[in-house]
Amino acid sequence: MSSNLRQLVASMRMMLVLTLLLGVLYPAAVWGIGRVAFADQAGGSLVHRDGAVVGSTLLGQSFTDARFFQGRPSASEYAGGVSGGSNLAASDPDQVKTVKERAAAYAATNSGSAPADALTASSSGLDPQISPANARAQAHRVAAANGLSRAEVMKLVQANTQGRSLGFLGEPRVNVLELNLAVQDAAGR
Amino acid sequence: MSETLSGLLTIGLLVLLLALCYHPVGAWMAKVFTDTRHWRAEKAIYRLVRVDPDSEQGWRAYATSVVAFSVLGIAALFALIVAQTHLPGRQGSDGMGVTTAINTAVSFVTNTNWQSYAGEAGATPLVQTVGLTVQNFVSAAVGLAVAVALIRALARHSASAIGNFWVDLVRGVVRVLLPGSVLAAVLLLAGGVIQNLSAPLTIHGFSGVEQVIRGGLVASQEAIKELGTNGGGYFNANSAHPFENPNPLTNIFEIFLLLVIPFALTRTYGIMVGDRRQGWALGGFAGLLWAGGVALTTWAEVHASGASTGAMEGKEQRFGVWGSTLFAASTTSTSTGAVNSMHESYSPLGGGAVLANMVLGEVSPGGVGSGLYGIVIVALLAVFVAGLMVGRTPEYLGKTIGRREVTCAALYILVMPVLVLVFAGISLASDGPRSTMSASGPHGLTEVLYAYASAANNNGSAFAGLTADTPWYNLTLAICMLLGRFIPMLLVLRLAGLLVEQRKRPVTVGTMPTHTPLFVGLVTGIALVVAGLTFFPALALGPIAEALS
Repeated sequence: MSSNLRQLVASMRMMLVLTLLLGVLYPAAVWGIGRVAFADQAGGSLVHRDGAVVGSTLLGQSFTDARFFQGRPSASEYAGGVSGGSNLAASDPDQVKTVKERAAAYAATNSGSAPADALTASSSGLDPQISPANARAQAHRVAAANGLSRAEVMKLVQANTQGRSLGFLGEPRVNVLELNLAVQDAAGR
Repeated sequence: MSETLSGLLTIGLLVLLLALCYHPVGAWMAKVFTDTRHWRAEKAIYRLVRVDPDSEQGWRAYATSVVAFSVLGIAALFALIVAQTHLPGRQGSDGMGVTTAINTAVSFVTNTNWQSYAGEAGATPLVQTVGLTVQNFVSAAVGLAVAVALIRALARHSASAIGNFWVDLVRGVVRVLLPGSVLAAVLLLAGGVIQNLSAPLTIHGFSGVEQVIRGGLVASQEAIKELGTNGGGYFNANSAHPFENPNPLTNIFEIFLLLVIPFALTRTYGIMVGDRRQGWALGGFAGLLWAGGVALTTWAEVHASGASTGAMEGKEQRFGVWGSTLFAASTTSTSTGAVNSMHESYSPLGGGAVLANMVLGEVSPGGVGSGLYGIVIVALLAVFVAGLMVGRTPEYLGKTIGRREVTCAALYILVMPVLVLVFAGISLASDGPRSTMSASGPHGLTEVLYAYASAANNNGSAFAGLTADTPWYNLTLAICMLLGRFIPMLLVLRLAGLLVEQRKRPVTVGTMPTHTPLFVGLVTGIALVVAGLTFFPALALGPIAEALS
């Protein structure tokens, strides 16, 4: 057997052994640890309501009704099948037009001009959060549509606002699904 | 707290974490690759594979093993991908066409992880776990092995053996990457990254709108995806997907993971060549370029965030601008290619900065293993240039850098620019490849240039507007990934063969010190000049023209 062929045969055995170790045992071990110690996270941080799964706190959803706070624009309308962003440059003519339309639509229903996160699509298309400014600007509309006072809704916005992690990492943010759940509970629906 | 202060503190925390791990991780890897004893688990692997772990190889035999293992890896992964729609656990995946499968197999074996398929749709859970996760480990371990072989060649003298590839491969996996990944995966799990076997779940969301929630063995893949500087996402949105990177804590942890081994390897280098100052110098060089890349990318995006859109297109709210650019600059300077924001939506200068990070040749600090040998090559060039300037025989660590040695280094430097510029040029000049660009003008040019720079540098990130899932792009990008990985690797092993045979020349008063700030400055200058001379015209037509228009 030539030396090259011998190397190929050794490679084949090595690949089989390492596939067993790294492709089966390793993921299985992590899966086991997840089941035991982090069952909620490993399962996708799912949110249940009336016995049914209504979403994941980590995934944004499409909210269009005036009763709901709305998430950021999404390149995939939060469908969840295939994730991704628009990949458009700020100078792209389509993007310039889209941003203008979003700004007009936002100003028509909310108080004040649109914050940056309301004008732009996220990179995942599943961004679960919006900026606190974005939530505050929508509070008036949401309060009116649910028969609540603006102060009540603002209190819920406040309660659902997350600061920077450890006080300095990332951006302050509001989880849209959790906020909407809180608002609907308050409205007694 | 202002955004600037928050961003600077984030960078500070990252640097602190890397500094704390620099010595322990570097010293551990030095011990791993010089240990004379085998672990019991390793002995079991050697027995199963039937290789003799106590015999060493010359550079030719070492290179043969590297090539054989990689060729077999590509063939096996290709077969698995092609067969995936007939295997269990398909979960509605459409699978991949033949050229996409070739591209993907080459991509994961070369540690590039360019994805011309959408993660969650193109690859079944079985392929992701048994195929892609395994290659994430072994492709990084192969890079590590070649780097260690080169270090041994510099440390030894009047010898011919540079180590045993199988031992280096197994130890890299068993003692470095696997324990690191288990630890990282558990921390990611705690942070919210998923790890389950659920089929895609179609739900009625809170407002009644349908949504698909996907499952998957993500945490285990995410850990090695960053630690092994691979970058291939379980999901199409990669580390921007909340299931891969749920919050700012996991974000900084993932950035840390992709930098830790490449930086610590410079410590390993210093220890193994018997002069820690040499490792400091190479680490200092890489750190300097990395800091420059982070500063430039962040400055460009923060500058662009003055607009009403706040530079937030293609960025996640939880990361903001600073958390996105720190990731972007780090992923492009380590040949990782994972993304937590869409580089194509960056401002012209921001996108140009991440592209420039790659065309430096992935030396700041580069990928696992490949970064270190890339850095050594640039250092050799610097020694050679300095030698020419003062008229002395160039020497590095007591080894003469003669005609044959510098030929290897020079060819190494040439491979990547040739691949990038030739293929980008042909694509831009041809109607078919040009028609799949999503943007026009300078931005479109950057799209194509970015694709080939990413492939030839084994990075894997993309200006993802380009529809690259066509036979032309799949095959030419595969060629770039293959040649961009293995020609430099073979040149490095050839160079190792030349260096290991040499006697060690004694240090004299005339020997140029290679551990001083002056030398670090010289190496940095050489890296910038080489990349500048080769790529300035192309960058001028793409990002620079766009920024000026």
